[in-house]
Amino acid sequence: MALSSVLETPAAGFNFDNVARNAALEGLFDGRTPKPLKTGTTIAGVVFKDGVVLGADTRATSSEVVADKTCSKIHYIAPNMYCCGAGTAADTEKTTDLLASNLTIFSLNSGRNPRVVMAVSILQDMLYRYHGQIGASLILGGVDCTGNHLYTVGPYGSVNKMPYLTMGSGDLAALGVLEDGYKPDLELDEAKKLVCVAIHAGIMSDLASGNNIDLCVITRQGVDYIRPYQVSEYRDKRKTKYKYGAGTTPVLTEEVVPLKLEVVEEAVQQLDTA
Amino acid sequence: MLRHENATQPDTLVFQKESATHGIIMNTRGLRSQLKDSVPVAGLCPQGAYGVQDSMRSGFSSVKNELLPSHPLELSEKNFQPNQDKMNFSTLRNIQGLHAPLKLQMEYRAARQIQRLPFLQSSNLALDTLRGNDESIGFEDILNDPAQSEMMGEPHMMMEYKLGML
Repeated sequence: MALSSVLETPAAGFNFDNVARNAALEGLFDGRTPKPLKTGTTIAGVVFKDGVVLGADTRATSSEVVADKTCSKIHYIAPNMYCCGAGTAADTEKTTDLLASNLTIFSLNSGRNPRVVMAVSILQDMLYRYHGQIGASLILGGVDCTGNHLYTVGPYGSVNKMPYLTMGSGDLAALGVLEDGYKPDLELDEAKKLVCVAIHAGIMSDLASGNNIDLCVITRQGVDYIRPYQVSEYRDKRKTKYKYGAGTTPVLTEEVVPLKLEVVEEAVQQLDTA
Repeated sequence: MLRHENATQPDTLVFQKESATHGIIMNTRGLRSQLKDSVPVAGLCPQGAYGVQDSMRSGFSSVKNELLPSHPLELSEKNFQPNQDKMNFSTLRNIQGLHAPLKLQMEYRAARQIQRLPFLQSSNLALDTLRGNDESIGFEDILNDPAQSEMMGEPHMMMEYKLGML
């Protein structure tokens, strides 16, 4: 359908046409406007002796409802970098996807492994450009040729580099645990335990965090993505698959009746195969 | 523009009037809009002759719709690329002198003119290569791809708009 009001091809990228419509509709919703899916999260990261440990819970909420109990919040960026995302779920996923694509293009073009500072700069530029409208708070951790790094990028583009970090709605509880338990040059098991306890504190103190705890250990040798590291003790016993094994229903009687068929006509067709 | 330094004011006016092609002065808004530097706030203003709302095409206008730029990001996104270019060119001028940005801008203008007709999709390959967009992915590559737009423009109208005849 050709429209005569379209005089130029629409610009690619974000489309602001619905803003006026939303403003007009706001009065009709009575305060109950539909909310986007947030991760309402506790995410944490710790730098230890040989690398970085990232941890996250697995609950995604949509206002007061738990929308996803097994949400994956640790996103792949590069073989040596992973990123935990808090905030609006779609924003964190798309932003980290774009970042991963950009770094892949870079490493294919230049033949080098991307460094963590590169990822942080790209994220910072991207998020600052949109002035906080993209609600993504990210913890980026990775190991590259210059060492083990952990950064946090806020939704407005602020960057912080620390040996231990937390973000999300449960960050204060988790940060308390990390402040108490962090020492420089931790061993792998101590670091994993510390992050797990920190996320657990966030889960216990924050309604929007919960369910399982995922961990991701990044070292020079490789990545160990442990999902789940610790399953919640309050999980329900519902099965997710309702497939019954053979023999569940007992067979009482069996009767076999062969069908009597006569050959009426037979035609042979040759296929032209070379 | 003074063609001769001794010419008086009325002479230049007459010269400008008589130099128009066959006496028909073509509206160069169409072609010039491609090479515009930035979209001003009034860029959200209605299209139509003399900047007045074209009621036949876009319906009735209301003051509220036109005054507010609706979303805080709308204007900054429209101007993002031109602003980046300006910033880069000015840095380049400070470091390497005037010739560097001049030459680059000449190449940009040349590349920007390699387009198909307005209602067809142009690949903009030369422009992308110059800008470095062929080596990065942003939201403008995945969201709202014009090639998959659900609304199609009327080809004759788009062509007339581009040539400034509308």
